[in-house]
Amino acid sequence: MTPYKRKTYWNEPTLTLWERAYLPEILRGLAITGGVFLRNMGRWITGKKGALTTYYPEETRWDYAPLNRGKHVLTQRPDGKPQCIACNMCATVCPAKVIEIEAGFDPTDTAHPKFPVRFEIDYSRCIFCGLCVEACPEDAIRMAKEVPGLPAEDRMQMWLTLDEMMSWQPQSDVAKPYPAAGAGQTGGAE
Amino acid sequence: MTQDLVIYVIYIAFAVGMLMGFGTVLTWVERKQAAVMSDRIGANRAYIRLPYTQIKLVWLGLFHGIADGIKMLVKEDFKPRTYDWYAYAVAPWVVFTPVLLVFAVIPFGGTLDPGRLFPSLAAWFDGRTYPMQIAQLDAGLLIIFAFSGLTIIGAMLAGWSSANKFSLLGGLRAGSQMISYELVMGLTVLGLILIYGTVDLDAMVRHQSGIVLGALPAWGVVLQPFAAVLFLTAAIAENKRIPFDLPEAESELIAGYFTEYSAMKMGLFMFAEFIEIAIIGALFTTLFLGGYNLPYMTDAGFSFPWGTVVEMSHGAVVVTQVVTFLAKMLLVCSFQILIRWSLPRFRYDQVLAFAWKFMLPLALVNLVITAIVVWSHQGGLQ
Repeated sequence: MTPYKRKTYWNEPTLTLWERAYLPEILRGLAITGGVFLRNMGRWITGKKGALTTYYPEETRWDYAPLNRGKHVLTQRPDGKPQCIACNMCATVCPAKVIEIEAGFDPTDTAHPKFPVRFEIDYSRCIFCGLCVEACPEDAIRMAKEVPGLPAEDRMQMWLTLDEMMSWQPQSDVAKPYPAAGAGQTGGAE
Repeated sequence: MTQDLVIYVIYIAFAVGMLMGFGTVLTWVERKQAAVMSDRIGANRAYIRLPYTQIKLVWLGLFHGIADGIKMLVKEDFKPRTYDWYAYAVAPWVVFTPVLLVFAVIPFGGTLDPGRLFPSLAAWFDGRTYPMQIAQLDAGLLIIFAFSGLTIIGAMLAGWSSANKFSLLGGLRAGSQMISYELVMGLTVLGLILIYGTVDLDAMVRHQSGIVLGALPAWGVVLQPFAAVLFLTAAIAENKRIPFDLPEAESELIAGYFTEYSAMKMGLFMFAEFIEIAIIGALFTTLFLGGYNLPYMTDAGFSFPWGTVVEMSHGAVVVTQVVTFLAKMLLVCSFQILIRWSLPRFRYDQVLAFAWKFMLPLALVNLVITAIVVWSHQGGLQ
């Protein structure tokens, strides 16, 4: 049996005597890491941020996509009612089958007699594909940039309810004038 | 007699409290320093909420150590089916206790004169003075090596009694590595013993309060720079931290000799490691960085070589000395953490080759040269 002979490669690293002495290169490495430490500490002490990390829930990254498909919101009529007519098209198109709508009948509102009593999305199964937004004929459901607060104690708490989706109050919207917050009761004279 | 008891109880409380504090704070320092070195923020989410308020104290994540402690206390205390239950249970303590005992002989300040510090107690203390050191032993350095040698037994005991092949391998590695580096550590310190002519740590520190070569403080690192580097390397290897953490190399041995330990038993191993960082800091400070001495400082105040003399009261001197010692200690600890987060791990054969083929000859050369220089200073052939 021939003794094992180590294979040599064409790009075999060669160390100079200085690098073989080990200690100088170690000191160089320590100087690099120590330098980074001192630089970052200097930034922290002078009140600047010495890290690349973003504090996640409190801060959003600068390169966060403005078109991010995040939490679902329901748009509102000027009187503060949901624009949704409970047609169930989003629930039908939803590939994950997570949208549940219970329709109600309002004979006083002749223009839109059908409205959602219950509109819920199961975020434990939602895949954030955005098909519901595309399917909606009334521009009633949209997806906001903000991500939903997903963590919960159990999955029944991961249902997004109508109240939460109605809490979207944009300051300005190109599509329609929005009522100011709390103006829903006085409106409706349209 | 009662006076001595009071003073030494205070010393012991200070030493134990300080070491425990260092052990806890160093877990935080390690996390934060590693984070800052790598452009991160580090642990910053644990908080203490003031009762009945919504005020949450975060304090830069300082409370993560407490969270760790609580986690370790309430975790399941896993009991492996080992044949040697007694050795298994006692091993963490064999590692932990000697680490604390080592500090007993390390002087953390100059001479304390309680009568001058508290004039109302002057009559009671009757002019007694106490060196700030728990045990004034002539064989201080030998005691340190004796006790730090005991931790080897603990590591090997843990590896052997866990009835686990990974643990056994880790225990064997710990044993061979620590014994090798213990030898190097002893040889590097021999040079200092030759220069100072004593193994009494207090006397060694007093030797370092002078001045050599005109303006340099007579610290060990000035007299024996080579030995200082070797000593620190050997001490880190002795503490089994990266780059020498082969006994617990997690990619090979899971957790090495404490694989089978959980909850607070594992916590004791970790805590012993962190306290040993502090002990190495204290030891390096004492032997090589002049202990509690600041340059040009004496027991009466500062006297600079250009003639300026600053008088200080006894209380101020005592506080300055203790703070100096702690600051130097923290600096050395921080340097060890810098090394731990900078260097990659050795291979196992490299660790032992490094000890026996590189550091041991260097330590011997250093010793021989020191011996010749000391001999020629003492008169040479005459």
